[in-house]
Amino acid sequence: MRHIISVILENEAGALSRVAGLFTQRGFNIESLTVAITNDPSLSRMTIVSSGSDRVLEQIVKQLNKLIEVVKVTDLTSQDHVERELMLAKISSNSKDGVDLKELVEIFGCKVVDVTDKIYTIEVSGKTKKINAFLDAFDHSSIIEISRTGVTGISRGKN
Amino acid sequence: MKLNGAQILIDCLQKEEVEHVFGYPGGAVLHIYDALEAQDKITHILVRHEQGAAHGADGYARTNGKPGVVLVTSGPGITNAVTGIATAHMDSIPMVIISGQVPSPLIGMDAFQEVDATGITRSCVKHNFLIRDISEIAITVKKAFHIATTGRPGPVVIDIPKDITIAQMEVEEYPETIEMRSYKPTIKASNRQIKKAAEMLASSKKPILYAGGGCIIGNASKELREFTRMLGFPITQTLMGLGAYPMTDKQSLGMLGMHGTYEANMAMHGSDCVVAIGSRFDDRITGNIEKFCPTAKFIHIDIDPSQISKNVVADIPIVGQTKQVLQALIDQMKDKKLEDISSWWSQIEEWRKVDSLAYKKSPGVIKPQTVIEMLYEVTKGKAIVTSDVGQHQMWAAQYYLFDEPRQWINSGGLGTMGFGLPAAMGAKLAMPDRDVACVTGDGSIQMMLQELSTMLQYSTPVKIINLNNGYLGMVRQWQEFFYEKRYAMSYMDALPDFVKLSESYGHLGIRVEKEEDLKPALIEAFNQKDRTVFLDIVTDPSENVFPMIPAGGGHSEMLLAGRDEMVSKDETDFNAV
Repeated sequence: MRHIISVILENEAGALSRVAGLFTQRGFNIESLTVAITNDPSLSRMTIVSSGSDRVLEQIVKQLNKLIEVVKVTDLTSQDHVERELMLAKISSNSKDGVDLKELVEIFGCKVVDVTDKIYTIEVSGKTKKINAFLDAFDHSSIIEISRTGVTGISRGKN
Repeated sequence: MKLNGAQILIDCLQKEEVEHVFGYPGGAVLHIYDALEAQDKITHILVRHEQGAAHGADGYARTNGKPGVVLVTSGPGITNAVTGIATAHMDSIPMVIISGQVPSPLIGMDAFQEVDATGITRSCVKHNFLIRDISEIAITVKKAFHIATTGRPGPVVIDIPKDITIAQMEVEEYPETIEMRSYKPTIKASNRQIKKAAEMLASSKKPILYAGGGCIIGNASKELREFTRMLGFPITQTLMGLGAYPMTDKQSLGMLGMHGTYEANMAMHGSDCVVAIGSRFDDRITGNIEKFCPTAKFIHIDIDPSQISKNVVADIPIVGQTKQVLQALIDQMKDKKLEDISSWWSQIEEWRKVDSLAYKKSPGVIKPQTVIEMLYEVTKGKAIVTSDVGQHQMWAAQYYLFDEPRQWINSGGLGTMGFGLPAAMGAKLAMPDRDVACVTGDGSIQMMLQELSTMLQYSTPVKIINLNNGYLGMVRQWQEFFYEKRYAMSYMDALPDFVKLSESYGHLGIRVEKEEDLKPALIEAFNQKDRTVFLDIVTDPSENVFPMIPAGGGHSEMLLAGRDEMVSKDETDFNAV
């Protein structure tokens, strides 16, 4: 099962490699990883999407907690949360399948952020499923290049 | 007063009451050595190889419980120490390793003797630091000792670039205590879990206590003894736990696992309640996990939450210090009425009668088991025994009955050949008044031989018991059993003359070839109080370690000496190691 694990850790050099190293060392699966500073500049938040059985997940959370720089680990999937991913996609404007780009941009609530004579750069954000659905709407050959951030998430309310 | 980084570092080590540093100088640490030379509170032990420094500090830490300290230079200095650091990490030994690094501006430039020390050691330390500024030295040393010695202990590396040891600053007070928001190990266990465990213990009809290294590292031996005697339960100990409970006591079933006793493994197999105390269900303990303890409920006590339900799902997990948890359980169990377990004990006594450690002597050859039994007799069971890795390690664990904690010093988790000799040196430095024996083999001893030189320089008289069978015995045993006697590379030709070798290092060497010479030689060795004595004992090359759970087998599928000599190939699970 897919899990979104949110990790608050000391904003120190080497902390990222410790987390990444842990996943390879113990053979844990990692689908995506995002990291950036929080409102407290001494702390970073890392959001990791992983999958595995409940026992594997229990180990992932425990092993993360064991890292000296880690302050808090939360499995967001087990509680009320909001998740988002952002994608920048370069789409060829003369695609043959006749998809109306502007119409799709409207349906998916995304933005055209750059246009050259043949290429549109589109910004899409939402759950991973929505981003996948957006990509599925195009003919494979019209997608020139994409860049995805991976999932970031936060719990709802006070937690 | 202004001091340079090296002086501040040495000052911090003094504040941590470090008495011995095991190390080897080199370019990046010359300022540190200069500062070390200018003081006399810390004694530096100049090893002959950095791996020896790490094992020496490790043996020191295992013997007296204080953190071992290592000082090595950059590049090959730290890479040579890595095996020793990994050894300590697997067995949760508190150590602080200081490694020199190339000057900060050269980091990342492939400078002479540069390696990414924090990168290389990351997966085999509890934590590591790269110091970036002179002002970080004191706080980093404080954190390193705090992390190494609290919670589940382990090695911590401090990598310090040369320019930082040269820079100067006004000295600040060394912090008395340290508080880290991201590191707060659990000490006191939850009361609710203690109560639940007490209920389960009281209602158990076939209980067994299974004590591991956590009882020794956690200094819980006294509580373990009180708890075990109060309950009257049988107890088995892991390779790392030997001595936490006296092995000569009638409630002790000896060691369990791959080369454990028949009674210990059968009791695990038949138990309805297994209490794991500071042990981690290692694969050498469980054998085939599918067949492990089929009828038991598990109470698992460990300070490290990640050990709980890692290999075996715990019915009652208790996170906390073994010492504190056992005391809480003692208090909780005081007024509890226990089940009558006399029929369980009768069953165990039946298993005991199998006498699984019995072995046959044959004329003209010295049996390795006899050597250990005689070592036990001559030292009256009181010596500190270190070992290397292989058959001799198992025989030492089986036949030397350890009654006290920190008496048995071996590399259990990583299984590092070469550990025994430098560890014995560290043990002797930690406990100069105790007899120290290093049980080793002709393979292992050659991995760290050079430390014989260090042992002369610092007068650390230990007795080396070399079980010389001309083979890498454990490899040979597996090849005999599981590879149709194809002895690939397990025979060692061209062994040195160990007597002459030890003499050239300034020690006394004695070769023993006949059983009647064994006891006099051992007595002679231990009478030589001030000298290291190398006993090169020629033992039966074909002897195997029994009992044995073959890879893929369960606790009830042990091979016993004289009963099962061979395993057919298709019964062997080659996926198990």
